[in-house]
Amino acid sequence: MSAFNAIGEQREIDRDEYTPGVEPQPTWCPGCGDFGVLKALKQALPEVGKTPEEVLTVTGIGCSGKLNSYLDTYGFHTIHGRSLPVARAAKLANPELEVIAAGGDGDGYGIGGNHWIHTARENHDMTYIVFNNEIFGLTKGQTSPTSPKGHKSKTQPSGSAKTPLRPLSMSLNAGASYVARTAAVNPNQAKEIIKEAIEHDGFAHIDFLTQCPTWNKDARQYVPYIDVQESDDYDFDVHDRAEAAEIMRETENVLNEGTVLTGRYYIDEDRPSYQQEKTAVGEMPDEPLAERYFDDDAEWERSYDLLERHT
Amino acid sequence: MSDDELIWRIAGGSGDGIDSTSQNFAKALMRSGLDVFTHRHYPSRIRGGHTYVEIRAAAHEVQSRGDGYNFLLALGDSFARNPQEEAYYGNEEIKPLSENLDELREGGIIVYDEGLLDEEEVADLDLEKRAEENDWHVFPMDLRGLAKEHGREVMRNTAGVGVTAALLDMDLEHIEDLMEDAMSGDVLESNLEILHEAYETTNEEYDFEHDLRAPVGEHDTEQALLSGSNAIAYGAIDAGCRFIAGYPMTPWTDVFTILSQNFPDMGGVSEQVEDEIAAAALAVGASHAGVKAMSGSSGGGFALMSEPLGLAEMTETPLVLLESMRAGPSTGMPTKPEQADLEFVLYTSQGDSQRVVFAPGNIEEAYEQTRLAFEIAWDYQIPAIIIYDQKLSGENTNVDVEFFDREPKPDLGSTLTEAELREAAHDNSGKFKRFNYEEAENGVAPRSLPGQKGGRYLATGNEHSPVGHISEDPDNRTFQMDRRLEKLEAIREELDERDSTQTYFGDEDAEYGIVTWGSSQGAVQEAVARLNEQGHSVKGLSVSDMLPFPKTEVTEFLESVDEAMVVEMNATAQFRGHIQRELGRFGEKLSSLLKYNGNPFEPAEIVEGYEVNLADEDREPTAQVRIEPAAGD
Repeated sequence: MSAFNAIGEQREIDRDEYTPGVEPQPTWCPGCGDFGVLKALKQALPEVGKTPEEVLTVTGIGCSGKLNSYLDTYGFHTIHGRSLPVARAAKLANPELEVIAAGGDGDGYGIGGNHWIHTARENHDMTYIVFNNEIFGLTKGQTSPTSPKGHKSKTQPSGSAKTPLRPLSMSLNAGASYVARTAAVNPNQAKEIIKEAIEHDGFAHIDFLTQCPTWNKDARQYVPYIDVQESDDYDFDVHDRAEAAEIMRETENVLNEGTVLTGRYYIDEDRPSYQQEKTAVGEMPDEPLAERYFDDDAEWERSYDLLERHT
Repeated sequence: MSDDELIWRIAGGSGDGIDSTSQNFAKALMRSGLDVFTHRHYPSRIRGGHTYVEIRAAAHEVQSRGDGYNFLLALGDSFARNPQEEAYYGNEEIKPLSENLDELREGGIIVYDEGLLDEEEVADLDLEKRAEENDWHVFPMDLRGLAKEHGREVMRNTAGVGVTAALLDMDLEHIEDLMEDAMSGDVLESNLEILHEAYETTNEEYDFEHDLRAPVGEHDTEQALLSGSNAIAYGAIDAGCRFIAGYPMTPWTDVFTILSQNFPDMGGVSEQVEDEIAAAALAVGASHAGVKAMSGSSGGGFALMSEPLGLAEMTETPLVLLESMRAGPSTGMPTKPEQADLEFVLYTSQGDSQRVVFAPGNIEEAYEQTRLAFEIAWDYQIPAIIIYDQKLSGENTNVDVEFFDREPKPDLGSTLTEAELREAAHDNSGKFKRFNYEEAENGVAPRSLPGQKGGRYLATGNEHSPVGHISEDPDNRTFQMDRRLEKLEAIREELDERDSTQTYFGDEDAEYGIVTWGSSQGAVQEAVARLNEQGHSVKGLSVSDMLPFPKTEVTEFLESVDEAMVVEMNATAQFRGHIQRELGRFGEKLSSLLKYNGNPFEPAEIVEGYEVNLADEDREPTAQVRIEPAAGD
């Protein structure tokens, strides 16, 4: 018998269940793209049959980090840049949980960049949503890792001399097995991509363009957007690494010229998840580790039985 | 200094197999019925460099390294890379012999490998003259030639052990048994041949004029030879810890390695990750999801854990972290012990610290206090840190096997089941009041785990309301802060009611005290015993509870003495400062004996420090230590 009965519960789920009953006032500005992520998640989760209490949403710090204040799952609002290591350990501790990690471009691509590379490399089975608004919002408008070259801000007054980071290409090279980009202005695509990411067995990275109407007024609202799957101008095989790399590079290049490309960029369904890899080498327990602490019949190994090597 | 003990030092280059040879020899001595204690000295290099392991063995209890030593097996450094005298490291080949002579006691024995060490260089040491002055007995042996003849050159360790056994009149039985456990086939055959050949050659070639022999002892119960790192790892296993995340760093790596090797067979999970920030964050994540988890590092790596540590404090996530100190600052001396990270561990991370810190003083305490750390962490939902050092991490001593025969304690403390959650308080919307200050006992509000029905809440590093929502309401803030801090008071009360984790020794009625903490305990214990034998009247206290501080116990001890000397391995008297900060008094009573040259205290250095400092003998200490007088002195 499981100690975690919210997991795998089969029932109809209303999307309102994901809205806190006593809702804290959202701190996002009117017109913020972050509302788009929240809405897409509330739609996607019931459609993939996940109840609020079998989902753990782990966030970093920034406007994006407030996601789990307004999404009523189990939540862990961690520290700046560290959502991924917290999230992947929770998944290892209890692989039955549906784990979603989220943060912003500063949080995920800047301060937490090392964790992003390694979580993708290891292909942990989780969804990672990066709210990419190309700016630091909560600290009032500083240049971020994805801000375009020449971007002026109080901390880069003469304009950034840095080329922006390439989120999609980086993720592909690091080893993510599902890479997509969507935008808050494209709610249907966003919902569908989130559903696919949740159902994908492995590290699914969504670069989610979220316009910042307060601190990035000059930037585009990410309209009009083009879905690379639906447009005839972009013909590539989403399962082909080389073709994916090429279209990712173009997508990243043209964003700063005003062309917003979105869609699925890379899907590798064959690559085993980290949990599977670790099981294959014999270093993952068969049953969720978290269950064992509630199992009265569990037999706990003792150090006393290891002493032979010391006598 | 006692005559009935053997302190055998095997010296060579890193990579010469000093560790494994000494481990087996220590075990052989233990099996023969002796108490043993090892001390490892090595450089931060993979190959070459002067390294030694010292084994102290006696028929009585040994709690520390001794004063100097009385048997040197100098293998010579076969990996020496700079044969020129003018090279930066100097001529290293000879170092295992030349560098160890100063600490060799009168009447001591020297065995060196004349097959490796250059005759002229040995002559340059003036060995003959020094031997005469100190009554040393010198035995040049062609260990390399012997090894080559019957096996391979690397087996010269075995030849050295054979010579040792002959000179000490030891039976080869235990040494052979251990070789048979560790080796097989041709390798075993060759090693056994070398062992016997060396043993017999020594007996044939030399007339023994030395007095030193292996002590003879007997154990009433079966003994196990363990290091502090073994003890910490085993304490964690018996506390039900089944998740560890880490990043390699000396000396913390030892515990990480032991658990990584054992966990797969125990259904546990070990993760080597990208950095120490991730390591601590993983431990937080695993604990949050319901597993007893730990992480750890040494100074520099632990610095990266400061922020996840604060997150665990604020979200009240149970967690055990290890801080295995080495000499700092910065990269410092990576393979040398020091106790200079105390203040860092007590106060690192922003805001008011809310953590428990234990500093075990020996191998049994390392096991006990690791268990205790898990128990307190999960009962009170608070991070607990074990602070120890390179010395305790790597030293081996014999422990009664039965000491470990006890029940595991894997329970999750103040964690609710789904049935209990149904009875627990929820807000109007049905959200679980995870941080409910109204019904908390001892400051502890029971927690739920993700995936449990009816336990939904938000954990956040921001200040938060009872259901976990971010809140900057002044009343809520004050209630929550007071509640969290109340846990520390409750923990202190609980610890005061249990068997004390502090260690007391010496003469109860003494007017002078020596206070220490952590791994310096053994040397201080021995020093206090000697001082009392010499006619002084001294008592000792070794403190393990760093936070919450055992105010009553330490106050009682300090009130009972006229003066006390605080002994610790650092340059700034951190523990003395901690005592004064916690108690707000005793500045005029407390002086310090400090050592920070990279080597742990020898008991004689503490005896001398006492004589110079408290017994007011008018002289300077001869050892590389510093005395800091009490305030006003």
